[in-house]
Amino acid sequence: MSGDGYEWATPRVSPVRLRPREVSFRERVLDRSSPLRSLDWVLLVAVGLLVGVGGLLIWSATREHQITLGLDPNAFLKKHAINAVIGLGLGVAAALVDYRSLRAYAPIVYGASCLGLLIVLSPLGATINGAHSWIVLPAGFQIQPSEFAKLAIVVGMAMLLGEKRDGEDTPRDLDVVQVLGLCALPMALIMLQPDFGTTMVFIFVILGVLSVAGAPARWVGGLLIAGVLVGGLVAPHVLKDYQLNRFKVVSNPQIDPRGVGYNVRQARIAIGSGGLTGKGLFHGTQTQGRFIPEQQTDFVFTVAGEELGLLGAGGIILVLGLVLWRGLRIATLATDPFGRLVAAGVVSWFGFQSFVNIGMTLGIMPVTGLPLPFVSYGGSSMFANLMAIGLLQNVHMRSHESGPRNF
Amino acid sequence: MSDRSRLRIVLLRVMVVSILLTLLGRLTYMQVAEGANYRNAASANRTRDVITAPARGQILDDRGVALVTNRIALVVSVDRSELPAKKKGGSLELSRLSLIVGIPVADIERIITPCIYSKPDGTRVKAIDGCWKGSPYQPVPIASYRSDALAQVRRMLKIVEQEENFPGVSVQYEAVRDYPAKTLAAHALGYLGPLSDTDLKQDKYKRLAPGTQIGRAGVEAVYDDQLRGQDGVRRLLVDKDGNTAGVASETPAIAGQNLVLSIDSGVQRAAEAALQQQIAKTRTMPDTSKDRSGNFKATTGAAITVEVNTGRVVAMASYPRYDPTDFVGGISTKKYTELLNAPGHPLISNAVQGSFAPGSTFKIVSTSAAIKSGAYNLKSYIPCPSSYLGKRNFEGESFGTLDFRETLIRSCDTVFYQIALNLWKREGGRTNKAGAPEYLANEARDFGFGKKTGIDLPDERAGVVPDRAWKLRYWKQVKGEYCKGAKRRPKTDPQQRVDQIYCDSGYFYEGGDAMNLAIGQGDVLVTPLQLAMAYSAMVNGGTLYKPQLAKGFVSADGRTSTEIKKVVTGRLDVPAAVRTYITSALAGVTKPPGTAKGTFADFPLGQVDVGGKTGTAEVANNKKAPTSWFASFAPVVHPRYVTVVMVTEGGTGGTTAAPVVKKIWDAVYGLQGAKSPLKNGALPVGMPCVRADGTIASPPCIAPRTVTVSPSPSASTGTHALGLPWSEEARRRQLS
Repeated sequence: MSGDGYEWATPRVSPVRLRPREVSFRERVLDRSSPLRSLDWVLLVAVGLLVGVGGLLIWSATREHQITLGLDPNAFLKKHAINAVIGLGLGVAAALVDYRSLRAYAPIVYGASCLGLLIVLSPLGATINGAHSWIVLPAGFQIQPSEFAKLAIVVGMAMLLGEKRDGEDTPRDLDVVQVLGLCALPMALIMLQPDFGTTMVFIFVILGVLSVAGAPARWVGGLLIAGVLVGGLVAPHVLKDYQLNRFKVVSNPQIDPRGVGYNVRQARIAIGSGGLTGKGLFHGTQTQGRFIPEQQTDFVFTVAGEELGLLGAGGIILVLGLVLWRGLRIATLATDPFGRLVAAGVVSWFGFQSFVNIGMTLGIMPVTGLPLPFVSYGGSSMFANLMAIGLLQNVHMRSHESGPRNF
Repeated sequence: MSDRSRLRIVLLRVMVVSILLTLLGRLTYMQVAEGANYRNAASANRTRDVITAPARGQILDDRGVALVTNRIALVVSVDRSELPAKKKGGSLELSRLSLIVGIPVADIERIITPCIYSKPDGTRVKAIDGCWKGSPYQPVPIASYRSDALAQVRRMLKIVEQEENFPGVSVQYEAVRDYPAKTLAAHALGYLGPLSDTDLKQDKYKRLAPGTQIGRAGVEAVYDDQLRGQDGVRRLLVDKDGNTAGVASETPAIAGQNLVLSIDSGVQRAAEAALQQQIAKTRTMPDTSKDRSGNFKATTGAAITVEVNTGRVVAMASYPRYDPTDFVGGISTKKYTELLNAPGHPLISNAVQGSFAPGSTFKIVSTSAAIKSGAYNLKSYIPCPSSYLGKRNFEGESFGTLDFRETLIRSCDTVFYQIALNLWKREGGRTNKAGAPEYLANEARDFGFGKKTGIDLPDERAGVVPDRAWKLRYWKQVKGEYCKGAKRRPKTDPQQRVDQIYCDSGYFYEGGDAMNLAIGQGDVLVTPLQLAMAYSAMVNGGTLYKPQLAKGFVSADGRTSTEIKKVVTGRLDVPAAVRTYITSALAGVTKPPGTAKGTFADFPLGQVDVGGKTGTAEVANNKKAPTSWFASFAPVVHPRYVTVVMVTEGGTGGTTAAPVVKKIWDAVYGLQGAKSPLKNGALPVGMPCVRADGTIASPPCIAPRTVTVSPSPSASTGTHALGLPWSEEARRRQLS
């Protein structure tokens, strides 16, 4: 085989095999390096459960009334599903976008959010269900920019505090001041709406991110005290009567029995009458009788309390807990400060908002217009929430690329 | 990652766990520990009871003639809670409403203000005049219009058409009381008024909604339960906006029963007319007494006719009278105050709620007492001088020596003075010893005086029978004033001596007290009704009946009919011979030389023989004209009816009261051109019937089997009217 001086090495592999192997979709999905393999599936399933239960609760709360109005009984359920699908798309985008480019996008997201908040205050803003926090777009679409602003400041703060500096692990005073400056503008705009609940979410997100970033305790403690002072001393002068009533009514439901006191009382009756196992989906007398206003949005937890009972409503709390737990796990495992801070911000956001939302239906927190993440009906919040989950997944996947596996 | 960051994440974890536990703990507490409470609240939330008012029963006379019916009225109501909660309290809306209903805004505001309510800060607001007595959460009716008053109905339609301009204002058709016979028998019928919060505390009203119209006076009050029927309740399933989602349960309203009175509207009309005309006539007559000047005032009057063998009241009139229509749709405070304070107190039924000195009509009691004491018998002759111990006969006449028959016919006072003093001495004279026989007072009580007859009307007076115990009780009540006066006045003042004597010894039952009582004057007070029942017992064989206005009930659909039994409340302890003697003596009063001979001179006594006794009770030391009485029965043989007429400040019994009685007998028996509604002077037997079309047929008619029942025990108690400013003492002060 050497006569013509040439000896063709017999290829050990065929040329065909030199090219990348044609892998099946199945193989690709299950590949070790596949992004799907490195997703936090537990988090995803938990969020999916919440969105799914949310759909059922929204359906139950709206179905009967839609029928009496002669409208499609499933309209709210459908829109919830559409919101979830769009949110999923946005979340996937947020999960797949390059980390570095995320930093480039952050200023744009931040700027867009602030612009949105400004528009709300302009004549283009609209008041829906008593909250002046909407922009009404043609074709029946509405946007609540404050939901996106939460996302913007989480990313913005993570960017500012996550810049690595030589020999420095923790933010300096200047960084903290920068962060506060960053958050001041959207917070001021939200206060002007006025949306006290979202402002409080901002404060807790700032506290959470600063704290996890390792900011000096004096800043964290100082901000906390400042927040309490502002809340205790300034709020009574700035807030309107109806807003103050929302606080007073927590301790005394007799206040304002036809206004917010009514909501609180009816919400408590709904949840309390649910008992251990609930009255069954679609069979809650309080829910089907529409005694609770805004039940598909801010008071959606009362549907769970009444119709699914302690088992269902407690289950929702536990699944929310699972989401928060996975978020904190992602923060712990994050390989860079940016990812860790994003995770910490998202957990603070969801944690505080869930607590206030469920707490108000249980009569231990004041009534605010905050939705229950993933469960409540509403496009803007669904989009923002799922994008935040996308970001968590993004952080999680990056931790897998370079960090130890720690399942 | 810095240690600090790691630590902070752990801290965040702890916080997350603690908020989750907080929420789970609170959720468990609410759903498990307090679940039952919330479940109750939830079920109360979901149902609303809608009360459907039953049609109130009609009130009919003995022949089925409607005295009280229902008509449809257009009622304008204001729901305070729906008025805009503006600073001005919706005054713009109210002024708009004011223009339409023609009631000043201030008045509307007053009418709709609840009498008792708390402001949001917990302070209670004092009740104002004319405030709303019902529930603060209920629409308040402010005006009611006849549905046939077209002009007004058209104006009300404006409210319906421009609903948005009148938030909280509703216009609805409601059944209200109607009085086809106008003011006829108003005092017996009574009127309705809204149920107040204080009424709700009474057991019998517990189940009613505040503001429900309930009987406030007359038989409307006493037979409220039967007339009202039972509320229907529709328990609706509702959502929070009050949208009906279905009916959970339904109890239909049961219409009230029709009340059949023993009152005969024909006799009643004649009695009212005769009383009114006689009072008007008396007021034109000069009072010739030397103690007074001008015409007779004839301030008030009463006339009552009862059936002697049953106690049924055939006619009951009181003057002055009121118009029950004033109370329909709510009476204004102004109007009500006017009625309360009007001269003669028109809201008072003088026949049962007024008590007066009976004068000589009381002499049947004194006669019976004299004979029962054993000191006299039916053959006794007693001198009738013109005066005895300084007390003169009415016109100073003297008739020599008279037997009891002549004494009663001529109404000789001095005979009874002697008898009274004699009996008083037998009782022990000036003593307060308990257990003394007290012939006159005991006899009076035997005839039913001094206690309520138990008629089915509210606020009946018991009257006063003064005896030794009463004298002592009364002295204890009032001696303070006299003793103070005795101390304060100078010894030269004659009043000082009077005060001193009363202060020292006013508790003694003096001979003068007995002499006054024997001729029905002094402290004795009786109601015209009591007198009628006493005379009934005298002439019917000695049975005291409970007087009754209600004859029975006929259900709204006519299927059931109940007749109320007569009730015996006592028997006269008077020997038959004495009763017969007195009855036959009284038959002579209407004939010469009787005290009523003049009045009955033109009466066909040959057709219907009539007996009676005049009474002329001097009051207030003759500063006022005497109370005029005539107590009469007819026919003399087997008497069927007793009629008593009384006119205060009216003059003698023969001239003022007796003519009214005569006209009532005319009406009962169809004499002297009067058209009698009664056949041969007999009341209809049996109950009226309800025909298939709902109209009423007079008896005799084909009625369902009628059940006879005893009167319900509540019938004698009744609702007290709205705190009438009336008391025994007030009446006494006015008269003496």
